[in-house]
Amino acid sequence: MSDKTVELDEVVIKFAGDSGDGMQLTGSQFSNTTAFIGNDLATFPDFPAEIRAPQGTVAGVSGFKIQFGNQQIFSPGDEADVLIAMNPAALKANLDWIKERGTIIIDSDSFRAKDFEKAQFESNPLEDGSLEGYNLIEAPITKLTKDSVADCDIENKFRTRSKNMFALGIVYWLFSRPLSITENFLDAKFKSKPEIAKANKQALKAGYNYALTVELLPSAYTVKAATLPKGKYRSITGNTATAWGILAAGEQANLDLFLGTYPITPASDILHELSKHKNFNVVSLQAEDEIAGICSAIGASFAGSLAITSTSGPGLALKGEAIGLAMMTELPIVVIDVQRGGPSTGLPTKTEQSDLLQAVYGRNGESPVIVIAASTPSNCFDYAYTAAKLAVEHMTPVILLTDGFIANGAEPWKIKSVGEMPSITPAFVSDREEDWKAYDRDEDKLNRKWAVPGMKGFEHRIGGLEKQEVTGNVSYEPSNHETMVKLRAQKVARVANYIPDVEINGSDDAELLVVGWGGTYGGLHTAVEAMQLNGDAVAHAHFNFINPLPKNTAAIFSQYKKIVVCELNNGQFVKLLRSELPQFDYLQYNKIQGLPFSKGELITEFRRLVEV
Amino acid sequence: MEHLVEDKLTFKDFETDQDVRWCPGCGDYAILKAVQKTLPEIGKAKEDIVFISGIGCSSRFPYYVETYGFHTIHGRAPAVATGVKLANPKLSVWQVTGDGDALAIGGNHYIHALRRNIDINILLFNNEIYGLTKGQFSPTSATGIKTKSSPQGTVDRAFNPGKLAVGAESNFFARVIDIEPKKMIDVFIQAEQHKGTSLIEILQNCIIFNDKVFADVTAKDVKLDRQLWLEHGKPMMFGAENNKGLILNGLKLEVVTIGENGITEADILVHDAHEEDSTLHNMLINMSAPDFPVAFGVIRQVEASSFNDNVWKQIEEEKTNAKFNSVDELMNSGVTWEID
Repeated sequence: MSDKTVELDEVVIKFAGDSGDGMQLTGSQFSNTTAFIGNDLATFPDFPAEIRAPQGTVAGVSGFKIQFGNQQIFSPGDEADVLIAMNPAALKANLDWIKERGTIIIDSDSFRAKDFEKAQFESNPLEDGSLEGYNLIEAPITKLTKDSVADCDIENKFRTRSKNMFALGIVYWLFSRPLSITENFLDAKFKSKPEIAKANKQALKAGYNYALTVELLPSAYTVKAATLPKGKYRSITGNTATAWGILAAGEQANLDLFLGTYPITPASDILHELSKHKNFNVVSLQAEDEIAGICSAIGASFAGSLAITSTSGPGLALKGEAIGLAMMTELPIVVIDVQRGGPSTGLPTKTEQSDLLQAVYGRNGESPVIVIAASTPSNCFDYAYTAAKLAVEHMTPVILLTDGFIANGAEPWKIKSVGEMPSITPAFVSDREEDWKAYDRDEDKLNRKWAVPGMKGFEHRIGGLEKQEVTGNVSYEPSNHETMVKLRAQKVARVANYIPDVEINGSDDAELLVVGWGGTYGGLHTAVEAMQLNGDAVAHAHFNFINPLPKNTAAIFSQYKKIVVCELNNGQFVKLLRSELPQFDYLQYNKIQGLPFSKGELITEFRRLVEV
Repeated sequence: MEHLVEDKLTFKDFETDQDVRWCPGCGDYAILKAVQKTLPEIGKAKEDIVFISGIGCSSRFPYYVETYGFHTIHGRAPAVATGVKLANPKLSVWQVTGDGDALAIGGNHYIHALRRNIDINILLFNNEIYGLTKGQFSPTSATGIKTKSSPQGTVDRAFNPGKLAVGAESNFFARVIDIEPKKMIDVFIQAEQHKGTSLIEILQNCIIFNDKVFADVTAKDVKLDRQLWLEHGKPMMFGAENNKGLILNGLKLEVVTIGENGITEADILVHDAHEEDSTLHNMLINMSAPDFPVAFGVIRQVEASSFNDNVWKQIEEEKTNAKFNSVDELMNSGVTWEID
């Protein structure tokens, strides 16, 4: 270990390389190790839509950003302290996102003339002075990786493939992390290919030793463990947390799970995860299309399962008619929408809060459903669970909005137990009920009861045609239609009695209330906290419940002179607020670049708003 | 929770209190009656039977059957039925659909239900026309038909539902006609007994928009010469004097008459519904008047494991090999750490 060990509070690292260079794996390994030694962290994987975009081009760069520290971390951070660039394209794509005097580690073997051309550098950045002011470390990573696996019995084409592990080894040394977590991972991953495991481990070790030995590196850093609440932790991504929240709800409610879905970026990992756990009575149907995905789930719901469909924006559009059917037949179903950049095919791998209006309004007729949004990778667990609970207790579709940013991002999660979650009581009809009618309603929640095939004496017919109040028979009677439209709206509106109030971070007399919803929590929280520490009078209200809104929303808004609604879209939540609570003036701050908010841009904007 | 049927049910037990609202003279009435007479014969309690439909005249069907029923959205009934059957495989699940619902808007779900072999019965009412939207041509309408949306006659080619089904790996295909109630009941019972997707094409007359479309096979004077009712293991014989039959001539079917050109009954093809190779089944499905009789009855019935059985078999296997016995165990697995 270097004798010049420097202690840091928080660090941002960016791993970047070709889509085939294994940067996502490298980044997630660094995250796991970093979480394991007790730092808090947040990650942001950022990759192209193409599986293998043209090698060496800027379009093909795959990146993984992580911020970790000895305090609680709420976002993956903005500019990087350390950039690992496996080729010139990775350098070019990230040059504007490195801190002044930051460290850049490059693989000097991949910085040849033709590599610069591919990355469309006009001159060699290593020589033209454009990297002046950075701490540049040129390591012959490709060659040293090859040397380090010389004794491994592997095909030639695999000899340079472990260069990501070599680079990871360098970074492990730089931040004083142990190798063991990754070594164990490699042993498990390549259980049936021990020579491949060996090659990767040797490259990792070689990278670590290289960094330790050469004098290119100024010093090693340590980041002390964060002071997180006591308990048992693991690292979790939003998509995994979503899948587990659903599993937990199924177990708690004692319902079989049914997932009917169709693969779509960035939601497919939910399908992958649930498909691994069929032993929990999970039926996972990869349907022929998005519509069949949700329709099969509606069928399973009719038959008494906890029914889920998962998708992203384009898929939600296709599911619209079927959501209307579930709304009309008052069957429970959870629709998970992992939002991505839209419209149309849009930016499949980039994040955007694209679908709030579609979720709330995107169906024919008067078609209200519950809409909720998760706001961090780990609380996807809580909101997936809540979505399932609300669906089966209130007998309605629930749309859960997450997004690519929190779905793929990871953070440490204090592991919950199913037993500590709120109870779930599905609205099943009682066996003893006499003279039951299909659209009899609960007095408080206004939900109808769930009578499923197999229950003797409860045979009934439902469908998408308008229902007669109480009996559920088909009815075209004019006043009945109006009654039913209002009943269905009331039913969803009354959910407000069963959800928590929105909370405020900051004081009542702050000059500016920052309003956000869903996956922007980390960015907004980080910016607001920094300003509060600086003495700025800023408060933050973050919404997880979109429709209906929490009951105290108006009371909260009325306390502030200025309200700014911040969204990664062109202003969707603000439209909803303007129509639901028109008595307030709303400022808005929008970013529509497929990227999360950065702390710097938020603070600049909030300062401006406080001062005007 | 499959239930025993305590008393023998009758067709009246399967009538609902709703007024049946098809046009007077519609072929759907006869099909409804045949279904209501079939259900007491399948040994299922009312609560264990589910009827699921899409949109169209035929899709009103569930409202008229006293079981569980779900009138869903256009074309999607196979997907809904798949979900119902997977969620509770003990249910007897019937899907009611029409030529527009199944073959136009729902074509994708139709072929994929058949491909997977989910154990449901699909009653496909084929009247070669759109009725509920008042008279446009459908994917099974004959080329050239003049309708409201094809005043000059269609230039579309038509689907043959059976050929499409066999192309989609269907294991059970039958064809019946709405004016043959006893034969309908017989085929419906066989469909229910078959494990896997049972597809029954029902030629159904739309008295308003496409009346007598099947007259060339149903008219009294030609009926016996133009209908071949197939039974597994029986020779493919038909005709007013039951002396006509089918033989294979090279790679083509040919109609022959016993006693002519030295043909005897022994030369006539014997129907093998269980043959996995669908070549001959396809030829039978494809026959049309006036050169050939139209094939009816169970044309193809090949045993194979059903999708729902395979799905649940896998779930049971996963339970036996389960790495985690509870969600808590799963969440606590892998790399975890304690913060004190």
